[in-house]
Amino acid sequence: MTDFILPELGENITTGDVVRVLVQRGDTVSKDQPVLELETDKATIEVPSSVEGRVQDVKVKAGDRVNVGQTILTVEGEAGPGGAGGTGKTEESSGERARGSAKVVDIGRAAGSTTAGAKSATEEAPPAPASPSVRRLARELGVDINAVTGTGPGGRISADDLKAQVRGRLADGVVAGTGVVETGVVRTGVVGMRLATEPLPDFTRWGQVERRAMSAVRRRTAEHLSAAWTAIPHVTQHDRADITELEEARKRYTRQAEAGGATVTMTGIAVKVVAAALKIFPQFNSSIDTAAGEIVLKKYINIGVAVDTDYGLLVPVIHNADQKNIVELSVELAALSEKARVKKLSLEEMQGGCFSVSNLGGLGGTSFTPIVNLPEVAVLGISRARMEPVYQRDTNTFAPRLMLPLSLSYDHRVIDGADGVRFLRWVVEALEEPFVLALQG
Amino acid sequence: MTSAQVAVVGAGPGGYAAAFLAADLGQHVALIDPEANPGGVCVYRGCIPSKTLLHVARLLAEAKRARDWGVEFGEPRVDLDKLRSFKDQVVARLTGGTGQLVKHRKIQYVRGLAEILDAHRLRVKGNGSDEEITVEHLVLATGSVPARPAALQLDDPRVMDSTTALELKDVPKSLLVVGGGYIGLELGSVYAALGSEVTIVEMTNGLLPGVDRDLVNVLARTVGGVTKAILLNTRVVSVRAEAGGIRVVLEGADVPGHAREQTFDRALVAVGRRPNSQIPGLERTRVKLDERGFIIVDEQMRTAEPSIFAIGDVVGEPMLAHRASHQGRVAVEVIAGENAAFAPRAIPAVVFTDPELAWCGLTETEAQQAGRNVNVAKFPWVASGRALTLDRTDGLTKLILDPETERILGVGVVGPGAGELIAEGVLAIEMGANATDVKLSIHPHPTLTETIMESAEVFFGQATHVYRPRR
Repeated sequence: MTDFILPELGENITTGDVVRVLVQRGDTVSKDQPVLELETDKATIEVPSSVEGRVQDVKVKAGDRVNVGQTILTVEGEAGPGGAGGTGKTEESSGERARGSAKVVDIGRAAGSTTAGAKSATEEAPPAPASPSVRRLARELGVDINAVTGTGPGGRISADDLKAQVRGRLADGVVAGTGVVETGVVRTGVVGMRLATEPLPDFTRWGQVERRAMSAVRRRTAEHLSAAWTAIPHVTQHDRADITELEEARKRYTRQAEAGGATVTMTGIAVKVVAAALKIFPQFNSSIDTAAGEIVLKKYINIGVAVDTDYGLLVPVIHNADQKNIVELSVELAALSEKARVKKLSLEEMQGGCFSVSNLGGLGGTSFTPIVNLPEVAVLGISRARMEPVYQRDTNTFAPRLMLPLSLSYDHRVIDGADGVRFLRWVVEALEEPFVLALQG
Repeated sequence: MTSAQVAVVGAGPGGYAAAFLAADLGQHVALIDPEANPGGVCVYRGCIPSKTLLHVARLLAEAKRARDWGVEFGEPRVDLDKLRSFKDQVVARLTGGTGQLVKHRKIQYVRGLAEILDAHRLRVKGNGSDEEITVEHLVLATGSVPARPAALQLDDPRVMDSTTALELKDVPKSLLVVGGGYIGLELGSVYAALGSEVTIVEMTNGLLPGVDRDLVNVLARTVGGVTKAILLNTRVVSVRAEAGGIRVVLEGADVPGHAREQTFDRALVAVGRRPNSQIPGLERTRVKLDERGFIIVDEQMRTAEPSIFAIGDVVGEPMLAHRASHQGRVAVEVIAGENAAFAPRAIPAVVFTDPELAWCGLTETEAQQAGRNVNVAKFPWVASGRALTLDRTDGLTKLILDPETERILGVGVVGPGAGELIAEGVLAIEMGANATDVKLSIHPHPTLTETIMESAEVFFGQATHVYRPRR
């Protein structure tokens, strides 16, 4: 029995994600036969076998993260490693390295067990010296209270110690910390504290001022958007859709829909189009789990819609938007907006969004750069449709067309520029030619 | 059909605390319970009526002791009807109060038993009413009921549980208390003070299993003085109803031969409580139970069904009202979108006997079992001026401390008023106080609270009222 161990793959490459395993149990592999497709930081490579024989056991599967030195498969060999010449040497050396790594792994494990021991020791050691209020603040900030150094007597941890820790983390560039982002609800002014490091001038020097407490909604919005703005490298892509025909159809059909108690709105149509687009561009329906180093792809389509209320911005969520038609979406949207305005939205109605739509067209504007609603990765902004002269190639004239400005902001960490354009073009085409929606959506 | 944003099933101290907070946070709340007003077991047939009777029991004992101080009252005459009606009045006033609070908060109080139709629908059947409620979030606070092992099941009103014992039908000449836990000790003390000959039978080798022995010993001496017998390591093998009383067969090394079979006028079964998780329709949700029947929740009190929360006795030990209330508030904060969790460092427990026994945080017994190195600092009440004035020097205060950080990890107190004293211990532990903090906080003189301060002094080897020769 011989193990095939992941050899060194190149400069500074120590790990990779298995894309595909090319052999299975019972297969016979020969030397240099590709057995693994591996995606590394640098490139996707096929990993050739250095051993030959019948595969007894495959130790990895697609999606696994494997390290240099890790056992990939076991063969029962007609010939073991080190069969011939120079390659043999490399194999040996890689084998040695592998053993070395194995040792490292063992040490790691040993360390793991001591950590476990240490952990139970920590459990035995007194819990972090922090009062209930500080412990709750730590929880809200996503900080492990046991990892905070207290400056009080006996190492007691104060709220200031916590804030200092978070500030340090921000300075280190670990923006808003994984824990905080993960919870999805960034609660207690992580970024606000960073801003607070710059003291405000005394405004009364220049005239009268009035101070008002921030409302809960306002504070939460501020915290949430600051976190999103700092964590996400934003790109905003603009485009315009010719909705001349769509608008006529909308007016025509809205009379029919009105009988059912709703008006067909451009927002409702946009939600429908976006829901369809998310099926075609799944990376727009994802979240980043920085802690796990994973991208979370969602198999459901819930669309958030920004609603302007007297007490601030709220984003109710239309669940399973892809399974509803435009009339249904418009009815639900009207109901949710009304609930938002009278403060009757439940938490569930504001959670679980995959993508958000913000239509400011009712108020005006030619374009804007919406902020992605973390942990979502993209948001579509809609401005006011305007009649514009549009060049008609076939007649060589300008015709008055109703053009709708669209602004798509996305998280550049998961979405490439080209995909941003493709997504927004698809949305534009679906609005210009609803047949696209029927065909592909 | 009505609807609610938060529906709470069970209006005990956990359930009503949850409902009240939810209402105060602007939620539309339904509170469901078979009783006319919120209170649950605690107020109707637990903490409150038992403490009313224990107060009277203590008064009777004090009156007797007053002879030593030159005050003679003569033999007390107990008007049982009047005592019962006083107890009922206390319960009525308290539940009337919670009922008022329900009205002020505009909570929809539904009297009846709830059945879960699905995660978002309840049916409540009351006396002639039948109502369906749609809910966004559900908080299960159904509490617990007295446990009764098969050997002790006897359909005879003379075999009581805590509920019927609190009804105080009469004062039996002889009473058998099965179970040396806090319920058995408290109710046994009440009946003993009223004149019953009480025999306490405990299966394990000591009263209040799990509690530090040095504290229990103080209590056991006093309880031993007012009861006829305390039989440890003893099991009740069988019970039989006879015309002349309840005939029991006891088994255990400590049982003298002539006491193997005895007849008692009444028996009280107080061997613990079990979770009331047999909620109709629970199986229609994803809520899971553990092998002991407790509803499984995470630290945010959320069950496996994301919109359903559970709190209090039905989710686990210790089954205490104040723990339930705290959990109820946590659940509602989580529902309201707060990142709250149930993460106490100390849950106080109080046995309201005479003397009272209370503890919180780590106990010395737990530290020993875990092989954990701790320091224990004790202050015997014989050195307390206040205890002397009360003629109660049998008490003891102890701190369990971390030797390295000098942090207070646990506090134990036995003596009159221990239940009140323990609150300082809870605050000290929750705030992460160390022995110096407690030592340097000025405590009022002369009070029993000084015993906590002086325990901290003992930790450092020098206390005002305890002399230790230099080594």
